[in-house]
Amino acid sequence: MTQVVLELIDIHKSFGSSKIINGVDLAIQDGERHAIIGPNGAGKSTLFNLISGLYEVSKGNIKLRGHSITNLAPHQINRLGLSRSFQVTNIFPKMSVFENIRCALLWPLKYKYSFWHHCSYRQELNQKADELLEKINMADRRDIAAGELAYAEQRALEIGVTIAGGAEVILLDEPTAGMSHSETDRAVELIRSVTEDKTLVVVEHDMGVVFNLADRISVLVYGEIIATDTPDNIRCNADVQEAYLGEEVASC
Amino acid sequence: MSNIPKKHVTNKWWAALAVWGSAILFLALLPIPFRSGFMLSMLSEIGIMIIFALSYNMLLGQGGLLSFGHAVYFGLGGFITMHALNFVNDGVLPLPLEALPLVGGLGGLFFGIVFGYVSTRRAGTPFALISLGIGELIASSSLMLPSFFGGEEGISGDRMAEITLTPFGFGQQIEVYYLIAFWVLVSTGLMYLLTQTPLGRMANAVRDNPERTPFVGYNTHIVRTIQFSLAAFFAGIAGGLFAINYEIVTAEVVGAIPSANVLMMTYIGGTGFFFGPILGAILITLMELMLSNITHAWVLYYGLMFIAMILWAPGGLASLIMMHKPLWQGRVIGGVLKAYAIMAAPVVILFLGCMILIEINYHLSLSIKPEDPMHIFGIEFYAQSIWPWLVSIVLSIGGLIFFLKSRKIVSRAWKTAGNQLKQKDSGS
Amino acid sequence: MIEFIVFSLLNGLLYGMLLFMLSSGLTLIFSMMGVLNFAHASFYMLGAYFAYQISTWVGFWPALIIAPLLLFIIGAVVERFGLRTVHKYGHVAELLFTVGLAFLIEEAVILIWGRSAPDYRIPDLLDAPLFTLWATNFSMYRGFMLLVAVCMFAALYLVLTRTRIGLIIQAALTHPEGVSALGHNVPGVFMLVFGGGCAMAGLAGVIGGNYFITDPGMARMLGPIVFVVVVVGGMGSLTGAFVASLLLGAIQTFAIGLEYSLSDLFRLLGMSPGFQGGILKDLFRIQIAHTGPILPYLIMVLMLIFRPKGLMGTRET
Repeated sequence: MTQVVLELIDIHKSFGSSKIINGVDLAIQDGERHAIIGPNGAGKSTLFNLISGLYEVSKGNIKLRGHSITNLAPHQINRLGLSRSFQVTNIFPKMSVFENIRCALLWPLKYKYSFWHHCSYRQELNQKADELLEKINMADRRDIAAGELAYAEQRALEIGVTIAGGAEVILLDEPTAGMSHSETDRAVELIRSVTEDKTLVVVEHDMGVVFNLADRISVLVYGEIIATDTPDNIRCNADVQEAYLGEEVASC
Repeated sequence: MSNIPKKHVTNKWWAALAVWGSAILFLALLPIPFRSGFMLSMLSEIGIMIIFALSYNMLLGQGGLLSFGHAVYFGLGGFITMHALNFVNDGVLPLPLEALPLVGGLGGLFFGIVFGYVSTRRAGTPFALISLGIGELIASSSLMLPSFFGGEEGISGDRMAEITLTPFGFGQQIEVYYLIAFWVLVSTGLMYLLTQTPLGRMANAVRDNPERTPFVGYNTHIVRTIQFSLAAFFAGIAGGLFAINYEIVTAEVVGAIPSANVLMMTYIGGTGFFFGPILGAILITLMELMLSNITHAWVLYYGLMFIAMILWAPGGLASLIMMHKPLWQGRVIGGVLKAYAIMAAPVVILFLGCMILIEINYHLSLSIKPEDPMHIFGIEFYAQSIWPWLVSIVLSIGGLIFFLKSRKIVSRAWKTAGNQLKQKDSGS
Repeated sequence: MIEFIVFSLLNGLLYGMLLFMLSSGLTLIFSMMGVLNFAHASFYMLGAYFAYQISTWVGFWPALIIAPLLLFIIGAVVERFGLRTVHKYGHVAELLFTVGLAFLIEEAVILIWGRSAPDYRIPDLLDAPLFTLWATNFSMYRGFMLLVAVCMFAALYLVLTRTRIGLIIQAALTHPEGVSALGHNVPGVFMLVFGGGCAMAGLAGVIGGNYFITDPGMARMLGPIVFVVVVVGGMGSLTGAFVASLLLGAIQTFAIGLEYSLSDLFRLLGMSPGFQGGILKDLFRIQIAHTGPILPYLIMVLMLIFRPKGLMGTRET
């Protein structure tokens, strides 16, 4: 019997008079890889911003492992084990790659706001950061300022920063946007390997990535989820085809 | 603008020991060549400004917080230390003089926590404006609360206290110098170590990208508040040393001018490297003490330097120096240095021309009798005659033309050195 | 008492109008470009000094036109060759650039005109009372100042509502990122707005310099107050700046006349405060009249903490 990790109950969000999210219900199972797809402007990123606490929810309830996280501050939600990445690369540009990863480890390793520990002499901290660099294949870029990395490398670092803290629920916002085919393939491998044993929710436009990666898919159109199902069933769903996928993938 | 600790450097603890050991030795031996009263006062002033500027850089360089009111904590630290000193002399407070700057620091810390909490919710312009407002508030209220700020004449005290930890009586400047040198070492060391702590690293993260920091679990407001409070603590220590050094603190110390001063000297020194503000504090204090007696124009030169840095070298002196490091390490710096030597001549000529022009103008506008002759480098002349004007204008324009030409020589030398460096890299 | 209120109101109105001549330009620049121009009051000072210099050569009336025009040119040059150069280093660098500029302008003024206040006088023609109320004169020059201010606002209003460029500026006030998307020459508009703001500050200097005082410290005196107006009025709102200007003008002129202190309040309530000794004893003796200089800053700090949008702002500072 699988357990629900992240649950959205009748979520609404409006900016002024325009309603962006219109009653979304979604239950993410423990350990599943869940993709959210939908046309531009459907509210996918807004949904992530609501879950992670960046925007305030207008109406509805969000639960993480049964506890309400509705309208908590982003850092509080992060501490409860939900970590997210951003669509536009969002790292610490003047700090080294290693420092970027290490920053994401400080809170989970309970350093809090300490100004009495010397980071360089904390064995566990540095070891974990270096292990993570190996894991995302960036050990050779360790001491380069993050802002000087190539685009695909910055995207990989973004994922590294997101998963470093060991959060159970990972939200990735278009992790392969703007990448070439070979870069995308590598990124998918990376995502697959670093999110093992974790729950993954991903927003993605590249259908190849979605159908390759996801266990289940939700389709968001105009702020409403019109279908949630396995990739095969989504592919054959008439509503989805009409609203979004179009003819080219309709091969069932 | 990068402060990336290298793996092999951080593990060599003895390298750090060597740096700090030589710093201690250097400060201990400095009064031997500079033993005159003026020199010792100058060194003392520089020491105080080093702590103050480094504490300012905890905000601007490390936390990305542009403050226009940092002198509030320096000044309040000074006043609190002075009150504490007077309590000690009245026999109310049994504290040794050497520890009094710590009282100033704690005072700074207290106000830092209060004002820091209310002002650091957001960085950028709102923070800058709140810091400006708090600075003006404290400065204006200083004349309303004369029993704390001492009104127009300020508060004074006698530093030759009864209780001391050392055999020093603090009647002589050299004893004060050593007290300041001690606190400079301690504060600099602590402020450096702070950059290496979780808080210090997160302050950098908040500076680089405050939108991302909450998503690695940190509350940006708390990071900034703690960083701000600690910066205020060290500013308070500097203020305490100021009080002991001059034995008087007036309301001007909390005002807008010292706040702007510490901002400018820190920026000129360079905010991207830890040692940058030290350079700025030394340079600007020397300039102030040396030039302010000779010319009215030093403030103008100071301002010009600041603007020039913002326009052409936003990393300050420190980054100007550090950008040569790869050339130096690759042993290809010779050509660049030669180009600098060529550039030096037009720079000097341009500077001389501008300087004479500025001095003539100041003589005309500020001296009591502009008809009297004026002196530059011992040469006597009249500001009303046409010759000095002509000479200075010719020097300025000639210098400018050759300066622009020599800039090309320098940039060519940089290109060559860069190529040499690349060849060496691919060769090895 | 009525005399006090009427004249405080009139003086407050006058001071408020002067503040608005400065703050309207500053708020336009701040809202559109995101740059809080620390040198704005320095352009006010330059306006006064230029007017003084020009009036010694050709008289006050030509100066009224020439000085603002000169400041328009200076402002445009500063924007083109200064601000635009540092723009790539971010907002902090832009802010610092204007701080350095304010510093330099003050020194340059000392360099050229000296430290003492020049004899910049009200033109003889207007040096007479306009009307007399309860034996207190209201001078013609004050009336003239009000007239100039009103004319300037009318012109500004017409430009903003009736011209193409004005409509672009209005759009940029509330949605600065949207305007460049529409394909307008944004750098050109910025140059125009910065120059225009400086010219308005300069005009304020021309008519305010001889009424108040012209000296090298005048920019530093007025500068922070104008920030207060902009913050209190709110980002992107000229109406807010107008209301805040009049409010601050009134607060400052009224506060000067009120000689009550905290201990008076306690006495009025029939209490005697228990702790009147020690370091805080001064707190009870401060008269409202003396709080004039701190009130604006107190208002600004509280506003930024509790209502960052300002009175009528469309977005946060």
